[in-house]
Amino acid sequence: MTDTLWIGTRKGLFALRRQPRGWKLTGPQFLGHIVHHVVQDPREPKRLVMAAKTGHLGPTIYFSTDRGKSWKESAQPPAFPKVAEGEKGRAVQTTFWLTAGHASQSGTWYCGTAPPGLFRSGDHGATWTAVTGFNDNPMYSKWAAGFATPGGELLHSVLVDPRDPQHLYLSLSVGGTFESTDGGANWSPLNQGVHADFLPDPEAPWGHDPHLVAMHPQQPDRLYQQNHCGIYRLDRPASRWQRIGDNMPRKIRDIGFPIVLHAENPDIAWVFPMDGTTVWPRTSVDGKPAVYMTRDGGRKWQRQDAGFPRSQAWWTVLRQAMCRDDRKGPGLYLGNTNGEVWGSAEGGARWRNLARHLPQIYSLTFAASRGRGHA
Amino acid sequence: MPDAAPETRAVPPCTVRVASPLRSYTGGAAQVAADGSDLSAVLACLDAAYPGMRFRMIDEQECIRPHIRLFVNGNEALRLDAAVRPGDTVHLVCALSGG
Repeated sequence: MTDTLWIGTRKGLFALRRQPRGWKLTGPQFLGHIVHHVVQDPREPKRLVMAAKTGHLGPTIYFSTDRGKSWKESAQPPAFPKVAEGEKGRAVQTTFWLTAGHASQSGTWYCGTAPPGLFRSGDHGATWTAVTGFNDNPMYSKWAAGFATPGGELLHSVLVDPRDPQHLYLSLSVGGTFESTDGGANWSPLNQGVHADFLPDPEAPWGHDPHLVAMHPQQPDRLYQQNHCGIYRLDRPASRWQRIGDNMPRKIRDIGFPIVLHAENPDIAWVFPMDGTTVWPRTSVDGKPAVYMTRDGGRKWQRQDAGFPRSQAWWTVLRQAMCRDDRKGPGLYLGNTNGEVWGSAEGGARWRNLARHLPQIYSLTFAASRGRGHA
Repeated sequence: MPDAAPETRAVPPCTVRVASPLRSYTGGAAQVAADGSDLSAVLACLDAAYPGMRFRMIDEQECIRPHIRLFVNGNEALRLDAAVRPGDTVHLVCALSGG
């Protein structure tokens, strides 16, 4: 077997397979499907789960037991409970986010949807049930108030504490970040210190727009967040986020979608800034794509643009479309809105194009030939 | 001479015309047969034969999804309790959407 980069696009599923002399593009599978996320099971690397829909058909989940050679559809995809006739019920429009459960809980997965819903599978993705502690929380209508992003109101960044399967985080775009310490039965907002310049109350307890929240795998008390309004770090048990994006160059600012963490060093992270000024072009800043890296927890940031186009490259990278591999470099990868995949074997020091002319890329995830993959 | 046994005739199923996005469920078939006295029953029959097909068209609140249209003998059905009679033709249509 070989390392794989799974590429979820607006028009199907593709893969880059690591070869002795580079990467080989394969696919498409599910041509025409909108593929939001494909994630390898770190507990059983032969297994994968995929969140998908088409332009016409409703959202569903597919899963594979043979590293993506073949796929089966979930017999019971994520769905909200049916309400009584005459009442207005929620219906899943998009299966958006996937997270493998705790290492001790074989077969457990979490799925985040739009409208915001948290769903759990205990059978490797074959069937899904609602996590009612969140979906039916008395505060749900306030936390998920209906401020939808262009892709819907999304539940994403489901994080499982590797020390405790009962300790979970999730985030809403728009709504904020929330924490559960009892396996999802109860949730509390965790948004202090996060800016929300689109809200009347800058200190509102929820209503924020986290684009991606990441937990360091070796130091789970350290969280990073790329938000609609900046880059943040939180070291638990503290509950007030620190805006480390203020240390980014003023001309670049600290808006973007993805944030990727180093496997071992909790002070190292990478972001891909985009233009969040005026009407929010959501392109690379000035048409000059660049990754920014911190080695000290966000005090200083270093531009990494070697190998990228020097100008007139107006793409960006969505929240699930940047990842790293399990090598020393590490290898960093990003998929952009123009259907290109770029990789760096040296931790972002130099980039080269690995694929182009693909459909718009929604997610890019690394699947290790053995052992852990990285969402 | 004993009375003749009442004639028993199988109720002919309706014909279901399947749009191309749904044919991954029917093994590529563009036309299949299904039983049911209304659309809801026809769709249940289809889902029993082709698991998962119904949910791609009908959401968990029993609403027809935004880009799906259902027709019985050429007339659009807006509700799942629309009557279907033996021999009718049901069209499962995926409306034009997106680019």
